[in-house]
Amino acid sequence: MSFRLFPVEASSISAEVDQLLFFLLAVAAFFTVVIFAAIFFFAIRYRRRSDNELPRPIHGSIPLEIVWTVIPFGLSMVMFTWGASVFFRERRPPDNVLPIYVVAKQWMWKLQHPEGQREINELHIPVGRPVKLTMTSEDVIHSFFVPDFRTKQDVVPGRYTTTWFTATKTGKFHLFCAEYCGNNHSGMGGWIYVMEPQDYETWLSGGTPGATLAENGQKLFENLACANCHKTDGSGRCPDLTGLFGKDVKLASGATVKADEDYIRESILRPEAKIVAGYQPSMPTFQGLVTEEGVLQLIEYVKSLGPNPGAGQAEGLAAPGSR
Amino acid sequence: MTPALAEERETYLSAGHGIKSWLLTKDHKRIGLLYLFTVTLFFFIGGVFATLIRLELLSPHGNLVSSETYNKLFTMHGVVMVFFFLLPSIPATLGNFFLPLMIGARDLAFPRINLLSWYLLVIGGLFAIFAMVAGGVDTGWTFYTPYSTSYSNTWVIATGLGIFIAGFSSILTGLNFIVTVHRMRAPGMTWFRMPLFVWAHYATALIQVLGTPVLAVTLVLIVCERTLHIGIFDPALGGDPVLFQHMFWFYSHPAVYIMILPAMGVISELVSTFSRKAIFGYGFVAFSSVAIAVLGFLVWGHHLFVSGQSFFAGMVFSFLSYFVAIPSAIKVFNWTATLYKGSISYATPMLYAFGFIGLFTIGGLTGLFVACLGIDVHVTDTYFVVAHFHYIMVGGAIMGYLGGLHFWWPKMTGRMYPEGWAKLSALVIFLGFNLTFFPQFILGYLGMPRRYHVYPDEFQVLHVLSTAGASVLAVGYLMPLIYLTWSLKYGAIAGRNPWKATGLEWQTESPPPVHNFDEIPIVTREAYDYSATVGQEVPVD
Repeated sequence: MSFRLFPVEASSISAEVDQLLFFLLAVAAFFTVVIFAAIFFFAIRYRRRSDNELPRPIHGSIPLEIVWTVIPFGLSMVMFTWGASVFFRERRPPDNVLPIYVVAKQWMWKLQHPEGQREINELHIPVGRPVKLTMTSEDVIHSFFVPDFRTKQDVVPGRYTTTWFTATKTGKFHLFCAEYCGNNHSGMGGWIYVMEPQDYETWLSGGTPGATLAENGQKLFENLACANCHKTDGSGRCPDLTGLFGKDVKLASGATVKADEDYIRESILRPEAKIVAGYQPSMPTFQGLVTEEGVLQLIEYVKSLGPNPGAGQAEGLAAPGSR
Repeated sequence: MTPALAEERETYLSAGHGIKSWLLTKDHKRIGLLYLFTVTLFFFIGGVFATLIRLELLSPHGNLVSSETYNKLFTMHGVVMVFFFLLPSIPATLGNFFLPLMIGARDLAFPRINLLSWYLLVIGGLFAIFAMVAGGVDTGWTFYTPYSTSYSNTWVIATGLGIFIAGFSSILTGLNFIVTVHRMRAPGMTWFRMPLFVWAHYATALIQVLGTPVLAVTLVLIVCERTLHIGIFDPALGGDPVLFQHMFWFYSHPAVYIMILPAMGVISELVSTFSRKAIFGYGFVAFSSVAIAVLGFLVWGHHLFVSGQSFFAGMVFSFLSYFVAIPSAIKVFNWTATLYKGSISYATPMLYAFGFIGLFTIGGLTGLFVACLGIDVHVTDTYFVVAHFHYIMVGGAIMGYLGGLHFWWPKMTGRMYPEGWAKLSALVIFLGFNLTFFPQFILGYLGMPRRYHVYPDEFQVLHVLSTAGASVLAVGYLMPLIYLTWSLKYGAIAGRNPWKATGLEWQTESPPPVHNFDEIPIVTREAYDYSATVGQEVPVD
């Protein structure tokens, strides 16, 4: 049984969070010591010596009130600004990320690599490369928590949430579900395996993934007969999906939305929610016909149709072909 | 006054006999005692759940109870402690009893509504007890959706209705306090002559009246979604699960201030009385209560930093959360400054006040950590948060409650508690509390998630320490139950004003007569003017 008092720093953000923690600890320790010392000193120095003592009243001091309002306020604004800037970096993934798709359910984590590998309660990633997770839940709210990476993000049914990290140490790190999710909540854990890049490549090729996410998505697209309406020449009853991902879409309502993961997911499950300008609401819902994992595969397929299959999000897709 | 005379005099206790005289009483003092009895019962029920939780966590493998049972234990611990102990604890017992006395009134503005509010708490409590006996509830006291509405197979509706009903108890108490403070102050009792306990309860009452209805609405929506499958929170029905969190915390964050503000009011009384000095910066302490009540409504989103809430919303809520820290800090500094050149007594209530200031300081300062976006992402939903809010709600609110209970016990019962035992229990509680909850800060930063039935072996040492502390704490909590009960019969006769305190409640008999004062007092002095109560002056240098 190992015993620690402080967690390992295993991601690029860990040290930043810890430095912020040490600053707050220093401030907290300072005020704790000042207040405890003052109380002990006053309590002893001015202890009651006779039951009839009547001290001279002191009603207050405006300068003191100002001092102990302004100093804590100033310090707390430093905490706020520093904390917000760390948070900003925690929330904003860099370019060139390795995309991983996460579907949580009671009580397991299902993870998919773009190359098609699927894992349950385990995630293998290369060290030193930013990894971005796009996550959703099939049932209740869960939360993806890797303490040694100092990262946590709720996984919410009905929408995608994202988080990212760059592992800086190889090894095995706890993955916990941090949002209470029912009976086996505390059993909904697993491990993140951080590997050297070449070991990761070996691991990737060692499995039998069959097809990439996008290829699976394409199969699904054909099986569900999506292409009957979403024709590539634009003549279908539904919009052509080529080059769609990441573009702005004009809606019949006059509004404009960005064609991101959430938009595509919604269009599959609740097609009537946002109708593209110039089209009729003719698409049926696929709620119940396609799983959350299937939706993610379809999204990967749409991404692979452009506009820039080689860049950004879809970057990982290029990898299998190039290997 | 001699003991013989005290027994002849009619008091609020001797004015009626039999169970009916209690169950139909409209006397705020008797209703205060009804509440005292009720919340004490709930405190020990919640304590039993806590004991089982801590025993389970001695081992990392979850071998005492099943996961289902464990989940029900921490849920019912939270529900009972928050809704049926902490929220009513100080306002409904000490506030009910002393707010009218402290402003020189004969009762609260609406005595019948006051009695109704106690019945509502009892009925709500019966719903909750029914839910526990029938099989329990496992959603966590936070009832997060869609788990609570579509997945849990436990007694969510009965528990929710129980809290809904108890909420009206809280609203009516708050309403009663607001009207009483506005309309029933004795001649000369201006706003700025009121004891800070009254200011704190006024601020608390504002939250009770403005916040609790939102909780009521939220609970009704939970019940609607569970029974009628109206899609409000469950995305499978077209709802939004994060909407629930916004609505729940819009009440439940301010609710923390319903628990802590009255305790702060108690501490102001204790620090002043037992250092025999006017509170340093009276106006700042008074207005900081109101500031906390108002700002408390603007920070709920800090519970949602990792919920998927936008980055910008996270920033705004973090920023506003730091504003709440300021009035809390002002209070601590002013209490400390009050001690300067005072005449400091180490009577039991003052030991609790010292304990409160120490634990609230730690609880408040760790609040800065969880308000900090970069750190909260890591520590939210871990034992760090568990430790933080127990420092506030147990270290703060319960220390304040026990301090106040000891302070006013002589007035309520006419008897003194045994000082030696009381000091010992204050010490045991302080030490036990820290041993229980300090290790949890470390556990949390290490990454131990809350609400875990089984956990990795590496966390066991700290959990064992915490359970050891909880055992000490349990002894500390049982001691007052025993010696306070003992003192009802055997305690020394207290007299009107054993502490030489300045509040109007100390000018009447102990225990007070039915109508509080033989003659309504006329107030001519500031609060905390000890020249009137301390006989011979011995200046302190």
